[in-house]
Amino acid sequence: MAQPRQSSMGSIFGSLVLIAVIIGGGAAAFAYTAGWFTPQRLTPDKMVDALTPPTGVPLGHRRNHAKGICFTGMFEANGAGSALSYAQVFTRGQYPALGRFNLATADPNAPDATVRVRGMGLEISTPDGQEWRSAMIDPPFFPVSTPQAFYELLLASASKDPNAMKTFAAAYPEIAAFGAWAKSAPWTGSYAEERFNSLNSFILTDNSGAEHAVRWSLLPTAQPVSVSPDDLAKRGPDFLEQEITERVRGGPQRWTLAVTIANPGDPTADPSKAWPEDRRTIEVGTLTVQQIQAERDGPCRDVNFDPTVLPSGIRTSDDPFPAARSSAYAKSYDRRTAESSHYPRTATNAKP
Amino acid sequence: MIERHQRFNPLQRLLHWLMAACILAMLFIGVGMVSTIMPKYLTLVSIHKPLGIAILVLALVRLAIRLRYGAPALPVDLPEPMKLAAQLSHYAFYVLMIFMPLIGWGMLSAAAYPIVLFGGVHLPPILPQSDSLHTLLWNAHFYLAFVFFALILLHVAAALFHALVRRDGVFDAMAPVSSHDGAAPAQ
Repeated sequence: MAQPRQSSMGSIFGSLVLIAVIIGGGAAAFAYTAGWFTPQRLTPDKMVDALTPPTGVPLGHRRNHAKGICFTGMFEANGAGSALSYAQVFTRGQYPALGRFNLATADPNAPDATVRVRGMGLEISTPDGQEWRSAMIDPPFFPVSTPQAFYELLLASASKDPNAMKTFAAAYPEIAAFGAWAKSAPWTGSYAEERFNSLNSFILTDNSGAEHAVRWSLLPTAQPVSVSPDDLAKRGPDFLEQEITERVRGGPQRWTLAVTIANPGDPTADPSKAWPEDRRTIEVGTLTVQQIQAERDGPCRDVNFDPTVLPSGIRTSDDPFPAARSSAYAKSYDRRTAESSHYPRTATNAKP
Repeated sequence: MIERHQRFNPLQRLLHWLMAACILAMLFIGVGMVSTIMPKYLTLVSIHKPLGIAILVLALVRLAIRLRYGAPALPVDLPEPMKLAAQLSHYAFYVLMIFMPLIGWGMLSAAAYPIVLFGGVHLPPILPQSDSLHTLLWNAHFYLAFVFFALILLHVAAALFHALVRRDGVFDAMAPVSSHDGAAPAQ
C-alpha cells in the first residue's frame, strides 16, 4: 500500500494552481470550440433565425420552403447513369420515390402566386438500403455564391433600412443575374411544368474509381404554359396544390432526370454560375409522380430533404452549400419537431 | 513499490487511455459541428457517428473487463465523501459511455435519417420516426454532452489532485506506466 507522502504547503499551492490552469484551459477550449467566444461565427441557429418571415416564426413548419404538398411515385433508371456512378440508383430498374412540391417561402400560408421560386424535395430508396435525398428549385442558378452571402441576403431582405438591398447588391453583384431572372422568367400554372435543378454540384464515382463533377435537373415532360402572375393570383391562394392534385389524379406526371457533367475549370463551387449550355448531359431515368397527398398527414411531412443524404457513389463536391444546407435543415428539423404540437395534423397519432 | 494488484491491469489501462482520447475528441467534434455551417460540418458529422459507435463497443468491452477484474481498492485513509464521489463518478462514466452513443443512434432513428458509418455501411434504425422521441433524445444528447465534459474535468482534477497533492497511488493505478517503481519521488 502506498503511503500518502507529505508535501510542503508551497508545493501544494503550486499543484493546485497547476490543476486549476489545466481545468480552466480545458473548459475554455471546449467553450471556444462551441463558438462561445466567437459570436460572429455563422451558426445554423443564426441562419435559421434569419429565415423568420415577417409573419412570425412558423411553429411546427419547415423554416424555409414552408409551404408544400407530398407526392409518392417511382424513379425508373435507364442504366445510362452507371457510366458515371456505381450507386445502385443508376442501375436499370424501378425504385420507390417520395417527395414534396414546395414554395421557397418561410411563410406556410403564403398565396401561391406570390412566391417566385418553386422547389421539389425528393427521396429515392434503393434495395441496398441506401437513400438519395435532394432538394431542387426552378431557377437556373442560385441567387448568391456563398452561404455567407445567402445569410447577408436574408438579413438585407428583412432589413428596415431602405438601402439594405442596394448595399447588399454592391457587395454581392452576382445577385443581379438572379434579379433579372426573377423579373423576366415566365411563370407557369403547375408544378408539373417546372424544371427543378440541383444547382449545387456533386461528385459521382464510377466503377473504375473515376470521378465526375455533375449537376442534375428534372426536366418536365409536360409542356410549360406561360401564365402572367396577375392571372395566377386570380386562381386562389392554393392553386398550385389543387392543380397538381387534380392533374395527378388524371394521370401520372413525369420528369426526365438529366445529369450534366462539368468540363475541367467549370465553377463547381459556385451555384450562382450556370455552366455553359453545351456541357455533356446524360438522361439517366424518369421520375413518375403517381399520387399526391396533403402534407399534414403525408409521407413527406417527417422527411428532412437534406441534400447530403447520398448513396455511396455520390458525394459532395467543393460547393460549400450542401454542408450549410445540411446543418441548417437539421436545425429546422430539430425546431419543427420540438414544436409539433403546433403543426395542424388532421389525424392525431397518425405516426408512432 | 506499488503491488501489481494495486493497479488496473494493462488492458484496462489501454482501454482507459484510448477511450479518453476518443471521448474527448467526440465531445469537441460534437460541440464544434453543431455550431458551424462550413464544409467541415460534414467532415465532423462523418467522424462523429462511427466514433460514437466505436466508443459504445469499447465501453461494453470495458464494462465486461471491469466486472471480471474489478478495480484496485482506494486508499484506506481517503475520506468517505471522496470515496463515494469516486465510485459514483465511475458509475456515471459507464452510464454516459454506453448511453450517449445509444441516445445519438436513437435520435437519428427517430428523425428517419440514415445512420451511415462509412461508405455504404449503415446501421438499422432502433426507433420509429417520432417527433416527440426525437426532441427528447436530442435534448438528452445535447445536455448530457455538457454533463459528460464537466464530469471529465472533475475526473482530471481529481486525478491530478491524487497525483500531485495526495500522492497516494490512485493516479498510478491508471497511469500508462508506473512512475513510482522502485523509489519514492524526490521531495
